[in-house]
Amino acid sequence: MSFLKTAAAVSVTAMLTCGNAWAEDPLKIGVMATLEGTYTVLGEDGVRGIKTALAAFGGKAAGRDIELVIQSTDASPDSAVRAARKLVEQDELDVIIGPLSGSEGIAIRDYSKTQPQATFINGSSGAMETTYVTPSENFFRYNTDGAQWSVGLGEYVFNEKGYETVATIGEDYSFIYTQVFGFALDYCQAGGEITDRFWVPLGTKDFGSIIASLPDDVDAIYLGLGGGDAVNFLNQYQQAGGDANLIGGTIMVDGTVLNSKGNAKNALIGTPSSGPQADTWDNEGWQEYVKLYQDTFDEKDRFPAPSLLSTLYYNATAATLTCLNEVEGDLSDDHAAFRSCLANLEMDSPVGKVTLDDNRQAIGATFISEVIEGEDGNLVNKFISMKEGINQTLGMDPAEFAKLGLPSRENPECKSSY
Amino acid sequence: MLVAAILLWMIFAVWPEWLKDAIGRKKVFLNALFNGITLGGLYFLVASGFTLIFGLMRNVNLAHGSLYLLGGYVGYFVADSTGYWLLAFPAAFIVVAVLGVALQLLVFRRMQGQDLRQTLVTIGISIVMADLMLWGFGGDFYNISPPSWLSGPMETFFVTGTKRKTGELIYMKYPVVRIVIFAAAVAIGVGMWLLLNRTRIGMMVRAGVDDQEMLSATGARIQLVFVGVFAFGAGLAGMAGVVGGTFQSVAPGEDIRFLLASLVVVIVGGMGSIPGAALGALLIGLAEQFGSVYMPTYAVVLTFLIMVIVLAFRPQGLMGRA
Repeated sequence: MSFLKTAAAVSVTAMLTCGNAWAEDPLKIGVMATLEGTYTVLGEDGVRGIKTALAAFGGKAAGRDIELVIQSTDASPDSAVRAARKLVEQDELDVIIGPLSGSEGIAIRDYSKTQPQATFINGSSGAMETTYVTPSENFFRYNTDGAQWSVGLGEYVFNEKGYETVATIGEDYSFIYTQVFGFALDYCQAGGEITDRFWVPLGTKDFGSIIASLPDDVDAIYLGLGGGDAVNFLNQYQQAGGDANLIGGTIMVDGTVLNSKGNAKNALIGTPSSGPQADTWDNEGWQEYVKLYQDTFDEKDRFPAPSLLSTLYYNATAATLTCLNEVEGDLSDDHAAFRSCLANLEMDSPVGKVTLDDNRQAIGATFISEVIEGEDGNLVNKFISMKEGINQTLGMDPAEFAKLGLPSRENPECKSSY
Repeated sequence: MLVAAILLWMIFAVWPEWLKDAIGRKKVFLNALFNGITLGGLYFLVASGFTLIFGLMRNVNLAHGSLYLLGGYVGYFVADSTGYWLLAFPAAFIVVAVLGVALQLLVFRRMQGQDLRQTLVTIGISIVMADLMLWGFGGDFYNISPPSWLSGPMETFFVTGTKRKTGELIYMKYPVVRIVIFAAAVAIGVGMWLLLNRTRIGMMVRAGVDDQEMLSATGARIQLVFVGVFAFGAGLAGMAGVVGGTFQSVAPGEDIRFLLASLVVVIVGGMGSIPGAALGALLIGLAEQFGSVYMPTYAVVLTFLIMVIVLAFRPQGLMGRA
């Protein structure tokens, strides 16, 4: 009898310990990043950003270990939806970080509406529509969008560089439309003229004929390309003997291109650009973050300094972990407390203060920078200036801004006032 | 004849104003034409190996794109560490050819004549290879730098217009490296044609394409021919990788892109035909380049439109045999 009692006691204890272990199970977070296709290297650095944030939080939130479930996409909207479905419906995760690319973001915003039980924190996608048109209650974006990233660039190249006419070439999708939108507003109001806009399919590898058709009577060419497309363009541009002044879109002059192997990138030296970070900024928080990134990974497994994808995924993850800590990992109220924390978060991020507006879209800083050769021979973005608190309507009256219409191949027209 | 004459006139004449108004500057047209031809040269290098292997072994090698990508990586590391760009070509050829031999001996030989099984296995191999390469080389973009005598543009004797003030003729500038690569593609194409049509080995290969069993019955060592052709076809893909890495870039995803391009090229040109691959590659290259300047939004569709038309009216391909 006493044997039975002991056995029962042991099994009860065992069950209790089991129960405890259950509570101590790792907290799973789903991640979407472009780990295949033309933006592979961008996605890889995005994942590094998440891991850097985990390192900053000791790998834990609310006392529980964090486990990442990473799902690859290829920058196309359907690949993002596929990845999200796998994470949400098959793995039954309810906190998702991602996606990376513009049109993916729009698709995930729509998908998130069908999954009200899950919370989506955008990785780095920067199309304007994602949060500007029919925003989703459970989709939060801690990065500013492509138009916000362009604020100040047009004025800078017109006034400081003296570029009076510009032709643009960009990949044919939402994020680049948004970037050119922001650039055009600024540049045309400063007095500049955009003569032509060329659009190429995402994933274009042979730019030979497009380079030949670029006008040779403009002061500069604005490049809205990213990843492999950017590298191929620069390579072929040099081979064709191109020597025009260049203006960089945000992902054109990002670390992912500046650290590519070969000589193609050297065509970018001296190129002005703008975006949510500048490599040589001497701000303490930024330098600490760069150091943390460098310490988290082996030198051969990372870039010399974090790219903007790393930074944006870092911010998204930091916000997520901060709020998970705040609610002590308790999401049982259908994420209500968690979401309210996310919406009201005031983040002191490595790239300045970030807050969210009513559409859960970030208000943050934009940097103007210029590509230079750094001390160790790597190309870096030199800090020129920064402006904080840029909102999605770019400081314009919301009603006025709405009249401009959405970014597209032709919109906005180039006018001296809007 | 008339079309050829118009084309020649468009290439050599100074364009009158009305033509410029209708389809834009001559510089753009000439560049699209030349770029289409050189891009066709690259596609031919990849697709000829693909079509040769298919023609002889009836093996749709869907890992062909991975062989291309591996060649590009090998070429980059050889060119970068030795400093000799030309050395990248034999190195990529040999490494990828050896892999091709291994594939033939270890995999395909065991499942000869089983089309579906081979196709599925090659898809599997391509996925495994893509992941292995991503693991080994990372997602970075590799750009093989040509030697200084090949970089930059050169002046050609094609007139693109006249200077407004002085009336001097303006000559077209064109990247040297693309011209050299195109010349190399033509040389390889002609060499392959000679090899197939003028040598004993070529005779055996052609006989194998027509009737494998008869050939082996006559005492030819057909397995050896298979291995040789597979090695050569794979090696060509490897060399194409170096070419692609020089005027484009090497990165994950390129394997699928070139596999798809090769498939389209051989479907248009005719499975198993070398001249067909040349014609198909030229057509696809031109379609891509003209599409990219004259109808950028639909450039991608143009390629597949050609494929659809060919499949509708000549399902065996332009140069294929029914």
